[in-house]
Amino acid sequence: MSANARIMQLAPLSEEQTLQLQQLTDTLDARSLHWLAGYAVGRAHALDLTGEVQLDVPISPQADIPPLTSPARRLTILYGSQTGNGQALAEQYAQQLQAAGISVQLSNMLDFKVRQLQDEHNLLLIVSTHGDGDPPDDAIDFIEQLNAKKAPRLNHLSYAVLALGDSSYPDFCVTGQRIDARLAELGGQRLTECALADLDIDAVAQPWWEDLQPKLKQRLVDDQPAAADSNVTPLRPDNPPSSYVRNNPYPAELLTNQPITAAGADKDIRHIELDLADSGLRYEPGDALGVWASNPEPVVNDVLAATGLNGAQPVSADNAEHLLVDWLSGQRELTLLSRPLLRAHAERVISSGDRQAIEDLLADDQRQKLSDLFATHQVVDVLRRWPADWSAEALVNQLRPLTPRMYSIASSQAVTEDEVHTTLARVAYSAHGHAHWGAASNYLANLDAREQHSVPIFIDRNPRFRLPEDTSRDIIMVGPGTGIAPFRAFVQHRAATQASGRNWLFFGAQHFKSQFLYQLEWMRALKNNQLQRLDLAFSRDQQQKIYVQHRLLEQGKALYDWLENGAYFYLCGDARYMAKDVDAALHRIVARHGGKSAEQAAEYIRNLTREKRLLKDVY
Amino acid sequence: MSEQALSDVERIKSASRLLRGTLQQSLADTVTGAISDDDTQLIKFHGSYQQDDRDVREQRRKRKLEPDYQFMLRTRLPGGICTPGQWLKLDQLAQTYANHSLRLTTRQAFQLHGVIKWNLKNVIGEMDQVMLDTFAACGDVNRNVMCAVNPYRGELYRQVTGMADRLSMHLLPRTGAYHEIWLDGEPVVAAEEAEPIYGSTYLPRKFKIALAMPPVNDVDVLAHDLGFIAIVEAEQVIGYNVTVGGGMGVTYAMPETYPRLANVIGFVTPDQVLEVAAAVVTTQRDFGHRGERRLARLKYTIDRMGLDTFINEVQQRSGITLAPQRPFSFTHTGDQPGWVAGDDGKWHLTLQIPSGRIKDTDAQQSLTALREVARAIENIDGTGFILTPNQNLVITCIPAGQRHGIDNILQQHGLEDFYQPSPLRQHTLACVAFPTCSQAMAEAERYMPEFLDRFEALLAELNLQDQAIVLRMTGCPNGCARPYISEIGLTGKAPGRYNLYLGGGFTGQRLNQLYRENIDEDAIFNELRPLLAQFAEQRQAKEHFGDFLHRLKLLPASEEAV
Repeated sequence: MSANARIMQLAPLSEEQTLQLQQLTDTLDARSLHWLAGYAVGRAHALDLTGEVQLDVPISPQADIPPLTSPARRLTILYGSQTGNGQALAEQYAQQLQAAGISVQLSNMLDFKVRQLQDEHNLLLIVSTHGDGDPPDDAIDFIEQLNAKKAPRLNHLSYAVLALGDSSYPDFCVTGQRIDARLAELGGQRLTECALADLDIDAVAQPWWEDLQPKLKQRLVDDQPAAADSNVTPLRPDNPPSSYVRNNPYPAELLTNQPITAAGADKDIRHIELDLADSGLRYEPGDALGVWASNPEPVVNDVLAATGLNGAQPVSADNAEHLLVDWLSGQRELTLLSRPLLRAHAERVISSGDRQAIEDLLADDQRQKLSDLFATHQVVDVLRRWPADWSAEALVNQLRPLTPRMYSIASSQAVTEDEVHTTLARVAYSAHGHAHWGAASNYLANLDAREQHSVPIFIDRNPRFRLPEDTSRDIIMVGPGTGIAPFRAFVQHRAATQASGRNWLFFGAQHFKSQFLYQLEWMRALKNNQLQRLDLAFSRDQQQKIYVQHRLLEQGKALYDWLENGAYFYLCGDARYMAKDVDAALHRIVARHGGKSAEQAAEYIRNLTREKRLLKDVY
Repeated sequence: MSEQALSDVERIKSASRLLRGTLQQSLADTVTGAISDDDTQLIKFHGSYQQDDRDVREQRRKRKLEPDYQFMLRTRLPGGICTPGQWLKLDQLAQTYANHSLRLTTRQAFQLHGVIKWNLKNVIGEMDQVMLDTFAACGDVNRNVMCAVNPYRGELYRQVTGMADRLSMHLLPRTGAYHEIWLDGEPVVAAEEAEPIYGSTYLPRKFKIALAMPPVNDVDVLAHDLGFIAIVEAEQVIGYNVTVGGGMGVTYAMPETYPRLANVIGFVTPDQVLEVAAAVVTTQRDFGHRGERRLARLKYTIDRMGLDTFINEVQQRSGITLAPQRPFSFTHTGDQPGWVAGDDGKWHLTLQIPSGRIKDTDAQQSLTALREVARAIENIDGTGFILTPNQNLVITCIPAGQRHGIDNILQQHGLEDFYQPSPLRQHTLACVAFPTCSQAMAEAERYMPEFLDRFEALLAELNLQDQAIVLRMTGCPNGCARPYISEIGLTGKAPGRYNLYLGGGFTGQRLNQLYRENIDEDAIFNELRPLLAQFAEQRQAKEHFGDFLHRLKLLPASEEAV
């Protein structure tokens, strides 16, 4: 008898009900099952209170519904996540704990109010930091409440925070650190120190979790044996859809590597098609493609030249031994800088003047300068600018492990079946007197599709960037530059599934003639009524710069009407400037056309975020 | 006229509300650099063709980009006359909105190439500031009226060019569409608008008029639908011989199409010219073929009606009885490069412009040079530029004292060759063809220099380097460079392959004949070499190549000169 069947036998259900339930649950994915669990709890709670079914109770799985397990015996896991990494970890941890019989309530921070923490004794919080210290959108409300003067005392609360970030930004992991500090200020007790995870999350998260997990089990299981019926235990373990995952990528054959900007254009943007063949990999519109790229040979050679190291020497690190050149090309990050690397570099620079210069940059009050440095310098630029005495071992140990690059998927599997498409800008430029290359984009762009090449890939789920489940909803998509990619998938998918909602796309680039990505496809979609509106902003085709936010403002009235009518608003692309400009434009539009004050407009937009109708995939 | 169904262009014209169509919507469409299919027909009447860079068409398609759509804009410029101020404006427009070059056409107009849709209105608007327009420069209407270039006889020239102007104005469409669309003119109330000469569907096909001044036939007067040959007595233009039914275009593999020289049908006095012209136009309007555009030119109408019937119709419509034609004779069709003094003591400099293309290259900066010339003469009364029917340029009415300054400018920019081209180069024409012309089957303008190098080497080898030969090349059979009246004509069939025509008259009064079909460059030279060698040996004094071929009966069939 399988574990599953044993559990079902324990259920207080008739045979027919058991069968019905099994039939239903067999068809559901993990997400739906989680939802169903919460729904059932809510229904049960309503019955407990009134003795009859209340059809109008909220059926959100976590929010506002006191779980049945006592607070001391349950763990709340909250996540705030922009790219889905935090959510994926939270789900993974929840599953592991549930499997160990621990009662877990899992929630996005968006769906959880700080006052609810008063009822909690155990909290695990995972939150990322983006750009220059920004929290993820779904954490903004929570953080505001947490920082408010009226924030509740949390003397009963024990907690642990896992902060995610990217050390190539100066304000690395600050969101997690700030929450961690504030929780302590409100009276909470740390179960463990706040962990600061870089792009190679596992390097930090895994030891942290290995340390924390037994502590949690001890608190929540050992003294109180778990009762099966009080757990949100999956009725059936998740079916792994494919064995190919991040750390076991699928070698996908390259089918197409097609420039889609005109010859001689200022930008070289590629449409890439890869064959998923019988990998079993499935993706949904909104997901990203993870690509394990190796560093371009010239970049590796430049690093060797700048350090004067011999690439042929063997180097041991991470319990493995490779030649230095292989570490650098396939295992280590050579384009993005990080604060720890810079600090380590300062210790090794030859000139004391240089050391002072770097120390100055690392000072707390020099964030902007450091940010600028990170934005304009690669590893090799630092090695060249401030010569230092690196040993091969030290260099390999200090450089961050190479992490996969994520590209928004530009196709819908409803159309392309066993292919996956993406759109990438080949980064190549000259700076500081030397040629520079972006690692992953050049890796892909330099492959010739006429030859046999396999690309190590995996699917990076992004459940936070999904088409409306209600296909009659309108969608507004803002995707300048390569931000267009997911919207190609969206429009393909909505056409293939005959969604009745309208599609409105805003696209922008520098020039109409050379950079109108997928122009012929959009023209066809317009003609076939698969795309209802297309507004374009070409910044450099006229004297004054015109960007997508200007087009949004021009169309403000219609756009507001669409939002009022329930439309979803999607944004994809550059986080540094574009996303902020679009956000500002959206605020102005809601204020002007909704007749609202700035504060009311902000609240309106916060509501869109809460309702998950304002969705961003920015980088 | 025809029982056949109307051609699609007739439907488009008919539904266009006097040439408006959906041009305004097409211009406002931001998703494409093109205009709607129907509008591509209508925009011709406004002086523009939608084209695309055919060199990159396939590459762009692979890149998921539409063709590199761009527009050619052609001025209406009767007689090819423009002021230095107009030149400077066109020069500025070429640099700002077009491909940094000006092209002088075989109909004495300017063409700007590479103008994108979003700039069309700017260009036409700026032209309007200097009294230039593109209205009716293309389309099924009277095109730019050509006029002999003879500024050396000041008073006579004024009379003939004045007539060219009046003809152009008289036959200009009356619709307010041009002003509305391009110049933000107030919409006209439909009921108050009419086309008294054209009617609402205009002509069945394009219509071309030229005025010649014997003894020079630079306009190739017999190649046009309607021509006027000025007859001079006592230093006055006393009237014109009227010619009708000339036309160049043919369609390959459609034997019912043919080039045709015009018939001289009589003589009219200057005050009768507009009436007779309008009668010819309305006769063509009512009797021309509206089902098959390839058989719609006036030449086919006349051959179908019979010349006498046609003349009667014109006389009846105009109320004018044509007088018998007056004697005239032509000596040549080419231009005389270099400085020539006029009868009023002013000087005129004819520059031979290769393929009519004015642009800056490393060796020669004609665009810059002519800009500087225009600035230098801008404030001298009466000076100007004249575009010749041979795609050359005359800097006109220059006081003797200013010659040196102009010479200096031109020489500083490497234009010495433009003064003294070889006799061959004086008599060559090439159309635009690739990459922008949608009709092109083979190269013309871009290939001509290379072809000429090889051809001149052959002439030199045969000691014929001083021989003037009328050589014309087009990328398709439509005949923009009037290839069928050249001594050697090449019309494109496929990339690198041409039909070879031989034996046209040096004075533009005899058609050539198809000599070989669909041959490449080597084959062309293999055909020409023995004929030219024989010509070098056996030619008579002052005999031209085309005449020689006829005298020795070296062509399949000989045709009498008009």
